[in-house]
Amino acid sequence: MAFDYEKYLRPGKLPHIWCPGCGHGIILKGLLRAIDTCELDKDNTAIVSGIGCASRLPGYVDFNTLHTAHGRAAAFATGIKMAKPEMNVLVVGGDGDGVAIGGNHFIHACRRNIDMTYVICNNFIYGMTGGQFSPCTPTGDRASTTPYGNPDPVFDISKLAIGAGATFVARTTSFHATQIDKLIAEGIRHKGMAVIEVLDDCPTTYGRRNKFRSVVDMMKRFKELAVPVAKAATMAKEDLEGKIVTGILHREERPEYCEQYAEVVKRAQNL
Amino acid sequence: MAKKIALLQGNEACAYGALYAGCSFFGGYPITPSTEVAEIMAKELPKTDGKFIQMEDEIGAMASVLGASLTGAKALTASSGPGISLKQELIGYACIAEIPCVIVNVMRGGPSTGMPTGPSQSDIMQARWGTHGDHAAIAVAPASCQEIFTETVRAFNLAETYRMPVQILLDEINGHMRERIELPEPGDLEVVSRQEPPVSPDQYLPFDPSFGDVPPLAAFGSGYRYHVTGLNKAADGFPTTKAKLVDAEERRQLRKVEANRNDIEKNEEYLIDDAEIVIVAIGTISRSARHAVNELREQGVKAGLFRPITLWPFPERRIAELADQTKTIIVPEMNLGQMILEVERVTKGSCALHGIGRVDGEPISPSQIIDKVKEVC
Ligand SMILES: Cc1ncc(C[n+]2csc(CCOP(=O)(O)OP(=O)(O)O)c2C)c(N)n1
Ligand code: SF4
Repeated sequence: MAFDYEKYLRPGKLPHIWCPGCGHGIILKGLLRAIDTCELDKDNTAIVSGIGCASRLPGYVDFNTLHTAHGRAAAFATGIKMAKPEMNVLVVGGDGDGVAIGGNHFIHACRRNIDMTYVICNNFIYGMTGGQFSPCTPTGDRASTTPYGNPDPVFDISKLAIGAGATFVARTTSFHATQIDKLIAEGIRHKGMAVIEVLDDCPTTYGRRNKFRSVVDMMKRFKELAVPVAKAATMAKEDLEGKIVTGILHREERPEYCEQYAEVVKRAQNL
Repeated sequence: MAKKIALLQGNEACAYGALYAGCSFFGGYPITPSTEVAEIMAKELPKTDGKFIQMEDEIGAMASVLGASLTGAKALTASSGPGISLKQELIGYACIAEIPCVIVNVMRGGPSTGMPTGPSQSDIMQARWGTHGDHAAIAVAPASCQEIFTETVRAFNLAETYRMPVQILLDEINGHMRERIELPEPGDLEVVSRQEPPVSPDQYLPFDPSFGDVPPLAAFGSGYRYHVTGLNKAADGFPTTKAKLVDAEERRQLRKVEANRNDIEKNEEYLIDDAEIVIVAIGTISRSARHAVNELREQGVKAGLFRPITLWPFPERRIAELADQTKTIIVPEMNLGQMILEVERVTKGSCALHGIGRVDGEPISPSQIIDKVKEVC
């Protein structure tokens, strides 16, 4: 039977604002399938975002939804999770939102290993504000604020998350639509900070300036460059240059933040 | 029954007042001279199943407070100077999204890092206009440690009643001074919690004006699913740019405070009735002013004190009345002329007006006020 997305949508709030061909819609569908797989209760689930095209996602879905300020989603989400640890907390946002302005909140949420699932839609650009470069824009690429090519080195979001202490980190692309929900579902099931980086396409402000005028071109590129982790493990470093390693990149068990705080409560109360 | 007596610092009194009010969440980032508030909350909250979190910065702290408040918690943060500046964007978020919370600002001078250990009252205007856009503001400015306790409880009550951020302004001297406090027993002071929706989840709109100017706020996770955004929104919480809806929403949010001034405003008047000179002062400087009034009275000068306890909304009606019945108003404040701007706006030249400003980290003494009175009268 076809998947019933409507069960989780707010039909009155559609159509969405995203451009035709935008990868955010694919990620939305993956997220809903993952939520369904994990049988999350709508009343007991909060979806939090910052500001950006990707961050408009919560408005379309029927949960406790919080569209915060640019970059602050992880910190709002931390407050929700700490105050009500029984809630499932998910964060969705763009690369600019998550690791530029929100970089500090992002790494510290990873460090705490607080139990939330952070889906980061990395389209290599600031979509909503019209195509300025982000920390994930490839060096040399064009953006509205890098008219002569981007001089900045690139942030690898997944590596950043692993380095900062997230205990579940996975990466895929909007081409790998069926992998998105599997990885998000794994992230939701994981106890601790789960980061799922989804490389996706923004034909309007990134593609247009960088020879990916058609979404198909971009998807083809994702398809060609993707290398599953298991295969990547067998490949030489030089051969992996420029490739996108996909799948679960990191998984470990480490005490979760709210559980750690519960221990603090016990000590304070001498229980 | 004898009251419990304690010797508490102002910052400690503030923390204990918050606990009395039912605060169950604190998100903070340390900064002098506000740090003791965080330290007491870190110690006390886990004892009562509350949560304390030291965030990575003040913005994160403010964000965590708003997230926690949406789950139904009474939430607090405390900061000073640059930390309060960092929080401003999200104080605006709390205004537009109508999320109750309390922000303690133990004021220090500035701009920027200023004088971390010096007293100041230089955030008077920031407390009103710090965040961008039009919005209402409530700020209280207690003077003694006892009052810091009770005003903190009242700040939570106001935040919950009007579904908005409320600021508590301390000035380092009262934040750090120790005084004898009578600790209220449970029930002695009124404690208010936000209104829960009187309707079922399918009928609930989180910003529905048909509930009145303050729509009830359901807790995340309580079965009422709704959307919160920092964008201008319609009654259902979803963004709108429809001029009529945006205008109505903005005006309703201002009206929450304007129409309820009688409930929100609180002042102290001392020897005002026949006063020819009225000193308008807040916080610790009001204590110097009271001394000055006593001495001036002994010398036969008819002086009086008007002390706004609620600084915002500004007690404009009462100050305008005082301006009509007195010859001179004097405004001593630990900044270079912030509150006097407001007094000037309100009195519209109907009496003589003089300010005393000080930004050198020293308080304004009674004799400095007396000298000024003698100079201008
Ligand atoms: C404090 C603040 N600074 C800047 C902005 C403007 N702004 C809105 S969205 C955005 C970038 C969004 O990019 P990204 O997070 O990558 O998401 P996308 O739109 O590409 O999905 C910026 C800079 C803002 N809203 N708030
Ligand atoms: S601008 Fe880019 S990111 Fe934004 S909706 Fe359009 S395609 Fe998507």
